[in-house]
Amino acid sequence: MKTVFAQSVPGRTACLPPMPEERAEAFIPANLLRGKRPALPEMSELDVVRHFSRLSRLNYGVDSNFYPLGSCTMKYNPKFTENVAALPGFANLHPLLPQIKSAGLYTQGALEVMYESERLLCEVTGMHAFTLHPMAGAHGELTGAMLIAAYHKDKGNKKTKVICPDSAHGTNPASAALAGFEVVNIESKDGLIDPAALDAVLDDEVAALMMTCPNTLGLFEKHLPEIVEKLRKVDALLYYDGANLNAIMGKMRVGDVGFDVVHLNLHKTFATPHGGGGPGSGPVGVSERLEPYLPISRVDKLRDGRFFLNYDYPKSIGFMAPFYGNFGVVLKAYAYILRLGGEGLKRVSEYAVLNANYMRKLLEEHMHIPYNRICMHEFVASACDQQAACGVRALDIAKALLDKGYHAPTIYFPLIVKECMMYEPTETESKETMDAFVQDLIEILESAKTDPVALQDAPVTMPVRRLDETKAARSMILIDPA
Amino acid sequence: MPFVPHTPEDLKAMLDVIGVTTLEDLFADIPESMRPKSFDLPEGMSEMEVCSHLEQLAAKSRTDLVSFLGAGFYNHHIPKAIDGLISRGEFYTAYTPYQPESSQGTLQAIFEFQTAVCRLLDMDASNASVYDGGSAIFEAMMMAVRATKRSRIVVSEAVSPIYRTMLASYTSNLNLEFITVPHDNGTTDIEKLKAAIDDRCAAVVVQNPNFFGNVSDFTELFEHAHAHKALGIISVYPVMQSVLKTPGEMGADIAVAEGQSLGQPLSFGGPYLGMMACTEKLIRQMPGRIVGRTEDLEGREGYVLTLQAREQHIRRAKATSNICSNQALCALRALIHMCLLGPEGLIRTAELSMERAHYLADRLTAIPGVELLNDAPFGNEVAVRLPISAFEAVDKLVERGYVAGVPLGRYYEDMDDVLLMACTEKNTFEQVGILAEMLGGIL
Repeated sequence: MKTVFAQSVPGRTACLPPMPEERAEAFIPANLLRGKRPALPEMSELDVVRHFSRLSRLNYGVDSNFYPLGSCTMKYNPKFTENVAALPGFANLHPLLPQIKSAGLYTQGALEVMYESERLLCEVTGMHAFTLHPMAGAHGELTGAMLIAAYHKDKGNKKTKVICPDSAHGTNPASAALAGFEVVNIESKDGLIDPAALDAVLDDEVAALMMTCPNTLGLFEKHLPEIVEKLRKVDALLYYDGANLNAIMGKMRVGDVGFDVVHLNLHKTFATPHGGGGPGSGPVGVSERLEPYLPISRVDKLRDGRFFLNYDYPKSIGFMAPFYGNFGVVLKAYAYILRLGGEGLKRVSEYAVLNANYMRKLLEEHMHIPYNRICMHEFVASACDQQAACGVRALDIAKALLDKGYHAPTIYFPLIVKECMMYEPTETESKETMDAFVQDLIEILESAKTDPVALQDAPVTMPVRRLDETKAARSMILIDPA
Repeated sequence: MPFVPHTPEDLKAMLDVIGVTTLEDLFADIPESMRPKSFDLPEGMSEMEVCSHLEQLAAKSRTDLVSFLGAGFYNHHIPKAIDGLISRGEFYTAYTPYQPESSQGTLQAIFEFQTAVCRLLDMDASNASVYDGGSAIFEAMMMAVRATKRSRIVVSEAVSPIYRTMLASYTSNLNLEFITVPHDNGTTDIEKLKAAIDDRCAAVVVQNPNFFGNVSDFTELFEHAHAHKALGIISVYPVMQSVLKTPGEMGADIAVAEGQSLGQPLSFGGPYLGMMACTEKLIRQMPGRIVGRTEDLEGREGYVLTLQAREQHIRRAKATSNICSNQALCALRALIHMCLLGPEGLIRTAELSMERAHYLADRLTAIPGVELLNDAPFGNEVAVRLPISAFEAVDKLVERGYVAGVPLGRYYEDMDDVLLMACTEKNTFEQVGILAEMLGGIL
């Protein structure tokens, strides 16, 4: 499809403001002005609306159809939360208003949303305090790793290493490295963290272990109590990657079982939309001993019930966001939590786990499931049998699913399972949707036996066929030459 | 049950397939000792109740305040067509485009966004966005540190203090050294910055217009940096960039911006977006997602995420950045905004804003005891010194429905009496006049 630049017609306009009385030269000396106008598109409003409507039709969202992308929790994003976030009393608030004493009064509603959101997230996770500032999951991880560094530094501990299991999300080691830690990897055993492997690397220099539970194989880490004990002995902290919180709400609280830091992904568990890659929100919760280090500002409550931003936390790691994080995203999650309540959140996890196990059972006779036991909210299958029998890979099956009108599961992650396909149906999908999906998947697996070449050619119904990624990296056309 | 579609019959049938009797059986792996000590959350509410509760909270804000707040975050008009397009579920309920064949919409939009950013900033390459303007400066700095293998950063004190505090936090565990070069009465002190650059310096960081609203040309500064094999990093304001000398024209190596002014509501601090662009030489140092154009099996044009070997899901601890989720939907908003305004619209927005700010400066300097902080060129934002505390002045006017600006005493020493005032095209000349009169009245 033609880009907006290729569609540009000089002189065409859409939302043109009135003509200023004087032009830029009247205000700024010529040597400080740009030589040429920026070559941005010149389009009519209808041109713009049609272009982006057409682009949207080349796209696929949860609103389009089933999106069982493992580890991403692509659940339905309730529409009403969009209206809430667009309320002028929230959307039009300048972030510097509360810094003006008498105007702070006019931001009480927004401050209350932040205060109450923190309180609710504390109760969901059993943590002592929360910050809403991190603007995505990985940003939460960085914040968490920095809190860990600040804690050890303050205690005078010489800690240089963070342990990440091989099943961890790639962001875990990347975030730990950015917080100045050396990353130590440990191998899983039977899909779980291996206490013996942990022993082998655990010493006084270990600052923390980053883990997620259930892990990225969808398995509950059964050795958790033992792991907590081992870490305590060397004064190392336990970090919880909340990417998989959708499995355990109301069933386990990470604060109760010994985690010191947790980041949540509001755009996963709490149903805020992913937006094609963001904006997300990655609030971080901490145990009592880490509270003094939380980022500033923090929302506190006065005795008379008023809320204010408190910057007086001398041990704080400082500012992770320009202001208070992605407030517009937090608002949507707050509305979602209020809508569901405690029972509703518990139900979310129960039905997410139900759906994953149901799909696993429907699939088990058709695909190899390396850890085929009761799973949590997601499970991992492997296309290794298909690859061995007919040369059809996880990638081919994923592409064939696109042709059937679905989004593909996560493929080739976690790295520890060959020809990995990771399915996470989420609680918002019905039995009929999963039945139909599995039926279509089985058809694909059957056709692998008879016509593997057709699968290797998939997709054929999408706007484009398989794309040449090598060419993209080599030719590096990163902007429109039009 | 809200957002869970299962009927009792579905539940029974599914449990039967799994081979368990109750939902609780699925959680048998979690021992009793690890069960929640409490889960004391409120009861669920109907959609109507939640909306009404949040409407009441929103109503605690005064939405009729006439605001001259800026400091990097501006109240520009947002064309209404943006919301309609953005709320198409195919865009906003999609994930990162990992399956390119079914994500050409997001991918082409990012490609167009990258192009628009490069054309506005006059640079070679861009990415799909980072979190905000502050994290963009941090990522730019880290690019420079990797590219030069040096660890000293020279930064002007006239770069937003909001961002400089973020940089200090982000780098607290990295062995980097900051040299902060004082501003000269609100202007960026180019001579002192040059003096601070030596052969150990990775980059010099400046802002245009700077935090005080002053406009400069950093060509000479960047030449000086290059002579020492250091990089030039500049943070800009996208709307003003439509008229100001570009980072490319000045010879910057990396240009970053807070993209809020391009179609994002102020939304109490976020979500916004960090825009990043660099020269061709530095592309492989860039953090985050980058989209490239390629061809499919049949030679049709298409788009994919490219140069992924830089990223965390491949390189893990050795990635150029830990960023995964970015601000994609905000980037799409910014792109649509730029398309709706076009070059002329963006330029007029800058000019209308400047016109008002200059009128404001004229009116204020006519008041005895009020003077501009300096006489350097400024755009749509200006710092003025008052005969009384700026905090006090602002507080008094808020009661009368006007937010006069950002008092700078919070950020800079000896500036308790300095007020930073911004105008956009949404401030009318009449409002500017009223503000000047009210301010004159309380001094």
